[in-house]
Amino acid sequence: MVAMERLDRSERAAGHSGPCIVADGLNAWYGHVQALRNISMSILAKRVTAVIGPSGCGKSTFIRCLNRMHEVARGTRVSGKVLLDGEDIYAAGVDPVRVRRRVGMVFQKPNPFPTMTVFDNVAAGLKLNGLRAPGGLGERVERALRQAALWDEVKDKLKQGGAALSGGQQQRLCIARALAVEPEVLLMDEPCSALDPIATARIEDLIRELADRYTIVIVTHNMQQAARVSDMTGFFLMAHDRAGELIEYGETQQVFTNPKDEQTEAYITGRFG
Amino acid sequence: MPRADFDRHLRSLQDDLLVLGSMVEKAIAKSLDALKRRDLEASRLVVQEDDAIDQQRFQLEESCIELIATQQPMARDLRTLITILHVAVELERMGDYAEGIGRISLMMGDEPPLKPLIDIPRMAEKATDLLRRSLDALINRDTIAAIGVCKGDDEVDALYDQVYRELLTYMIQDPKTIQRATYLLWVSHDLERIADRATNIAERVIYLVTGKMTEINVSRY
Repeated sequence: MVAMERLDRSERAAGHSGPCIVADGLNAWYGHVQALRNISMSILAKRVTAVIGPSGCGKSTFIRCLNRMHEVARGTRVSGKVLLDGEDIYAAGVDPVRVRRRVGMVFQKPNPFPTMTVFDNVAAGLKLNGLRAPGGLGERVERALRQAALWDEVKDKLKQGGAALSGGQQQRLCIARALAVEPEVLLMDEPCSALDPIATARIEDLIRELADRYTIVIVTHNMQQAARVSDMTGFFLMAHDRAGELIEYGETQQVFTNPKDEQTEAYITGRFG
Repeated sequence: MPRADFDRHLRSLQDDLLVLGSMVEKAIAKSLDALKRRDLEASRLVVQEDDAIDQQRFQLEESCIELIATQQPMARDLRTLITILHVAVELERMGDYAEGIGRISLMMGDEPPLKPLIDIPRMAEKATDLLRRSLDALINRDTIAAIGVCKGDDEVDALYDQVYRELLTYMIQDPKTIQRATYLLWVSHDLERIADRATNIAERVIYLVTGKMTEINVSRY
């Protein structure tokens, strides 16, 4: 089974899949401090792309630029292009809220709305976006919970508070909330760092399942996790002025067994970082 | 320096591999020497001493597995451990061939030798040289030297051809020699296999350095 999975993944990575998101000469700043420099990277559709690198290398900033979350903080700035299905999300007139509906995000700490029920947590995105669900809200919520592999555990607790779930369940609830609005892309910023190994393994399995339908970009500090779940891996590193740069980007299998760049080699073998 | 302890373990594994290599080299030399001198006691000793070679291989394997389980090696570290695992197996099999030569010598017993041994010791010399060079290439991470080992195997194959033809002539001329000629044929086959396994080690060196698995030189046997 494991061998089959491995083969599937390397075939998937090598197979022809068009880019879903293309970062082209992307730069990002916090005030005067440049956090990202000249990142060009094609993220393949319906593949899992892992972004790895030491703390402060700009990984999280990078994925936050992919759905215009970076600009939410004060004093931030972005230059360059990010094309989503060929359309520049930073072009004049593009509504960032629409972008975020198409490019969902899951954060490091599970953050369900604490006063809402499980059901309302998942429905929240739909309601906020004013989306009408053709089969009714209930059907859409169930589908999202099923996709997030949480339905069986919460189907009898839909009216209970989301905060009463375990950490791993809360994170899957957040994934369900992101999936409910049917995005094309799911960005995950260290989604397992607050979870125990069993809950982590469930999320990792879920990521592999979701890759059949969604384009997933995951930031992780855990290199074994990147190796396990992703098809493609990008390695970021801070330059002397602390700006993050993309050092190497390739198929996960290649990056972890035979990286091309010495800096990637040193990082993934634990010699620095 | 991060991972100093892991690096120390890797170095010590490499040292243990070289110890295994030298045990195997000695076993080959002793098996040939005993065969030439028709010293059955020495041949028996070669057979017995193969246990120590097996043990050294198992110990290396266990250390590699422990490091893989506890250190999660990646990239070059992972390739180094996988290479050590493979090379340990290759060396242990070479040890088995030396043991095989010891057993053949014991089977020959007190029978007079069919002919003076000339090409067979030359084969042993060349095969041992390839073994030594393959391990040097591994230590120095030298792909050019590794390719040289694979080319060197052709010379051993050529000597094997020569020995085979000569022994065949003996057998045709006098069928009474078939048994004794067959023993020597087995010995030369074992030596030919030792050289082949040296090329396997050389191929692993190329994998270690480049990450690419390639068969450089296909032996004719």
